[in-house]
Amino acid sequence: MRIDITVNGTPESHDVEARTLLVYYLRDAVGLTGTNVGCDTTSCGACTVLLNGQSVKSCTVLAAQVAGDEVTTIEGMALEDGRMHPIQQAFQECHGLQCGYCTPGMVMAIASLLAENPEPTEEYIRLGLEGNLCRCTGYHNIVAAALAAGGAPEMHQ
Amino acid sequence: MIPASFDYVRVGSAEEAIGLLSEHGEDAKLLAGGHSLLPLMKLRLAQPALLVDIGPLRELSYVTEEKDYLAVGALTRHHDIATSALTLSSAPLLAHVAGQIGDPQVRHRGTIGGSICHGDPASDLPAVLLALGATFVARGPNGQREIDAKDFFVSFFEVALTPDELLVEIRVPRARDALWGFEKLTKRAQDWAIVGAVAVRSASGVGVGLINMGPVPLRSSAVEAAVLSGANAAEAAQFAAEGTEPSADFNGSVTYRQHVARVLVRRALEKAGV
Amino acid sequence: MSILGNRVLRREDPKFLTVGGTYVADLALPGSVHVTFVRSSMAHARVVSVDSTNARAMAGVLAVYTNDDLGMAKFPTVMGMTNEAMAPPMLASGTVRYVGEPIAAIVAESREIAEDALEQVVVEYEPLKVVIDPVQARTDEDLLFPDAGTNTSFSLDFGGDETLFDDCDVVVELALVNQRVAPCPLEVRSAAAHTSEDGRLEFNSSTQAPHGVRDALATFLGLEPDQVHVVTPDVGGGFGAKASVYPEDIVVGWCAQKLGRPVRWTETRSESMLGLGHGRAQIQHVRIGGSREGVVQAYRIEVLQDSGAYAGFGTVLPFMTRVMTSGPYKIPKAECASVSVVTNSTPTTAYRGAGRPEATAAIERIMDVFAREIDLDPAELRRRNLIGKDDFPYTTPTETVYDVGDYHRALDLALEVAGYDDLRAEQARRRATGDVRQLGIGLSCYVEITNGLPDGEFGAVEVRPDGKVIVRTGTSPHGQGHVTAWSMLVAEQLGVAIEDIEVVHGDTDIVPRGAGTMGSRSLQIGGAAVNQAAVDVVEKAKDLAADLLEADREDIVLNKANGSFHVVGTPAVSRSWAELGEAAAKDGNPLFAEVDLASPGPTFPFGTHISVVEVDTETGKVDLLRHVAVDDAGRIISPLLAEGQVHGGIAQGVAQALLEEVVYDLEGNPLTSTLVDYSFISAAELPSYETRFTETPTPVNALGAKGIGESGTIGSTPAVHNAVCDAVVHLGVRHIDMPTTPIRVWNAINDAATGDESSKGGR
Repeated sequence: MRIDITVNGTPESHDVEARTLLVYYLRDAVGLTGTNVGCDTTSCGACTVLLNGQSVKSCTVLAAQVAGDEVTTIEGMALEDGRMHPIQQAFQECHGLQCGYCTPGMVMAIASLLAENPEPTEEYIRLGLEGNLCRCTGYHNIVAAALAAGGAPEMHQ
Repeated sequence: MIPASFDYVRVGSAEEAIGLLSEHGEDAKLLAGGHSLLPLMKLRLAQPALLVDIGPLRELSYVTEEKDYLAVGALTRHHDIATSALTLSSAPLLAHVAGQIGDPQVRHRGTIGGSICHGDPASDLPAVLLALGATFVARGPNGQREIDAKDFFVSFFEVALTPDELLVEIRVPRARDALWGFEKLTKRAQDWAIVGAVAVRSASGVGVGLINMGPVPLRSSAVEAAVLSGANAAEAAQFAAEGTEPSADFNGSVTYRQHVARVLVRRALEKAGV
Repeated sequence: MSILGNRVLRREDPKFLTVGGTYVADLALPGSVHVTFVRSSMAHARVVSVDSTNARAMAGVLAVYTNDDLGMAKFPTVMGMTNEAMAPPMLASGTVRYVGEPIAAIVAESREIAEDALEQVVVEYEPLKVVIDPVQARTDEDLLFPDAGTNTSFSLDFGGDETLFDDCDVVVELALVNQRVAPCPLEVRSAAAHTSEDGRLEFNSSTQAPHGVRDALATFLGLEPDQVHVVTPDVGGGFGAKASVYPEDIVVGWCAQKLGRPVRWTETRSESMLGLGHGRAQIQHVRIGGSREGVVQAYRIEVLQDSGAYAGFGTVLPFMTRVMTSGPYKIPKAECASVSVVTNSTPTTAYRGAGRPEATAAIERIMDVFAREIDLDPAELRRRNLIGKDDFPYTTPTETVYDVGDYHRALDLALEVAGYDDLRAEQARRRATGDVRQLGIGLSCYVEITNGLPDGEFGAVEVRPDGKVIVRTGTSPHGQGHVTAWSMLVAEQLGVAIEDIEVVHGDTDIVPRGAGTMGSRSLQIGGAAVNQAAVDVVEKAKDLAADLLEADREDIVLNKANGSFHVVGTPAVSRSWAELGEAAAKDGNPLFAEVDLASPGPTFPFGTHISVVEVDTETGKVDLLRHVAVDDAGRIISPLLAEGQVHGGIAQGVAQALLEEVVYDLEGNPLTSTLVDYSFISAAELPSYETRFTETPTPVNALGAKGIGESGTIGSTPAVHNAVCDAVVHLGVRHIDMPTTPIRVWNAINDAATGDESSKGGR
């Protein structure tokens, strides 16, 4: 079936099976491999993208379910002038990534958390990331990055 | 990781969905948020021939105030219930519980209807709605009927809907002055409850619900009776394990779960002002 | 001003943050087919038949292969030390011995068809007796390998000194479990292969050791090593479990050769939970003896190591446990003996610490029990027994020679950062009031061995005519930031900008040899090799500059501020790296140096961790409130990277203490084979950490650096574990086994309260 989804502002139209998960639509059909698959039980969050601005686990969404909707992936996070988004910037400054596999999902999850609460506490961030697993960083710097990004001026424009 | 193949239909109305359920019976499954069904399908534990996608029926997503109850559309997402000003003021317990189901991503997709129709005794909402004395409105080919929460959860993963019925609304009796407590024991924040307890106390009575203490979500009538006869939280909680059949696994033996049920019920009652 | 020791941001990050890394599953391989594996659903059974008729008849299924089709030898023993009969076959051969063991390979046009085909393969089993408990396996009553005549895969038979504890006034014993855990890198195993036009096997692997993969493929597929080209792209974590080659990797290579098409394989997480090696899995008996004043005089540990179904690297981990038997203490007499046995479970392998966390966890736990026995504060007991800073090099009773350390300094700093006295006061207050929520304070003093294997490492530096520097390394980073760290080292030696340095790793054509990244070896041997190559290039450059500037060699100066060479006294007349690079290229003698650095030996990082937990005594739930870590890895080249390694290590260490455990039922069915059931720790269970470094440079290598990658894990687990036990010790609880889940903690409290001995240890 033909599924049309706007991805990072670009209309995409691809023939996929009904059972094609959104994560595979993005990776295989659209060719955006930044979003990763880390598990098969909706546990790890590596596949997190924004759906109409809200974080969702793209491994637990059929592409067919979001036909006509807007999806944002890590590849679409840069600012209009090409600079890294404040969250991406904060991740670099805080050393918030090591192997990078959970990182796109983390960035997207945090984007959603900050959109819903622009002045987060550490507790809010930690609980908010309960569905995003990381094995390398111990989360310390990821949380620091999220809090730093929360304070960035570009986040509040 | 990849579900077995299936046919997929995106419906434009509740009637269309009901029609498809009538036509296909057990071969068809409703798809709402997908966060109970798709995980099963990805592990091939469920292989429905037809998915009826009711997600687009946004007219079934609402929180409105009726005379005696708060009306919540079955397709209202957990996040929307948790953040709705109306839920927060009229049924804060419901807002609280909806706000801690799964994780933020799950809450952006999962719906209250999908969650309770799944019939999982380890889910948070069923026990809470039981304790709140909620009713559920089901629509079928022959019209609409209201089902009491206490009659809804029939057995393990089985609810009192016929194969051709669609849950459309959840009705939560209004009790603005209700005090409540919700206690859940988990190992990790994102885990299902090892045991959970909810207590609601208002002018109209007391409701105590238990999560994961049997094949279905439970209302603890023994505890409720004790409270109504004047027992304090600690005294009433002693009855928490009565009528329960918790299973044993590496997270908890039967003895442990029954003990924890007593502890959590006591704490929930205390928070509910008992 | 030196760049070393500074907080340099990672050069790797922009790509990962903007478009994501390129992992094996991301590689574009047009025309590739997909492999998936039929895996055993039985823990122990004879495979009567594998019926793939229906699968092979499906549209899009190219083939289904079993072990007979492959015709390949078994895997070798581990370094010649393990029982040969217990080496794993490529695919199951007649008998399956663990749930998840690969039985057949399905090759299909797409991932979807491959998964559909899985359901069409019918395996008929004849069940055999399942042995899941290592204690039961040890009796040899039921054998996994009848031909072997035993279930013992490896043993270390040292000691047996009956007089070990004769002079001890106080002797304390403890049985404890260092439970089986799953490494769970976020990226599961993944490989891809195709044969090139010139007949070479091109292979991509999510591995920690690309050259090891190359050599294994060559051996098993009957190729010369130079006929195999391995390219390891970005790797999403390894933690030791991806340091060895798996049967699936070889089968993927074999399929590519057989079918003449590109083949790719990416397992699912559920498969990975069964197929990727598990960690730890030791049952330990420890005994400690000493004086009433708290001087430890003797220590013995007996280890029963669970190999899993086949003898892989996990089998020999007790070797490393033995190396670190006596920890950071000056115990005059200590022994370690071990037996490794096979059981019907996933084979065990190296996992962050690989044998050393087990050693530390055991001695740190019994130190606390000993402290309690003689009514001495646990910190004070450690202070009295730590090796003094003037005692190095120090030879332990198990003949390990520690290089250098200041253990007391780490202990003091940790106690200070933690506010130890205030914590004890708060604990006393809560005990006095019988607070439902009790406070537990746990310590761990550790020392560990890094770069413990004898491999050297390859490093090469070349300056191009345009002044750009190419660095090649035999290490294989998968998150550790070697590109940044080796750039820093080379920038420091050459005086070039980091941005002008390219670091290449993971390609066996470009990097001719390498031992990869594991065992916290990379900086001290890989970075050191690169550093030496840079030093050598500077020397060559000085030769060339002397020539070009017509001066004496001794008068040539490298001005690192601007990366140029001049004659001492006349800085205005200089040659830049680019000019020298160009001149060298014209001469046909490029500015290039290659080093195969022999290992100067292991180094021993150390530290003290202190953990503060709160235990809900009514439910047994544990909350980690604080975790303090003082670690010393010698000279710190990159504080940013070192700290990140400690953080990650702490999370895994805490996870083992509190949450994670691989569980099998009595029939060998795994109960924790998804991330729903396996308690992979999240940010919600952890606080921010309080970390400090002390720096006691090691004389062992030129950098003065020790490894840090595994210290966080080794130091943290016992601290957290001790904290939980400490929280309820006043209630009569002597010990609780890990993970200290709510039910374990509550059982221990309840048993102590009712005087019930039956679940001693809280299991």
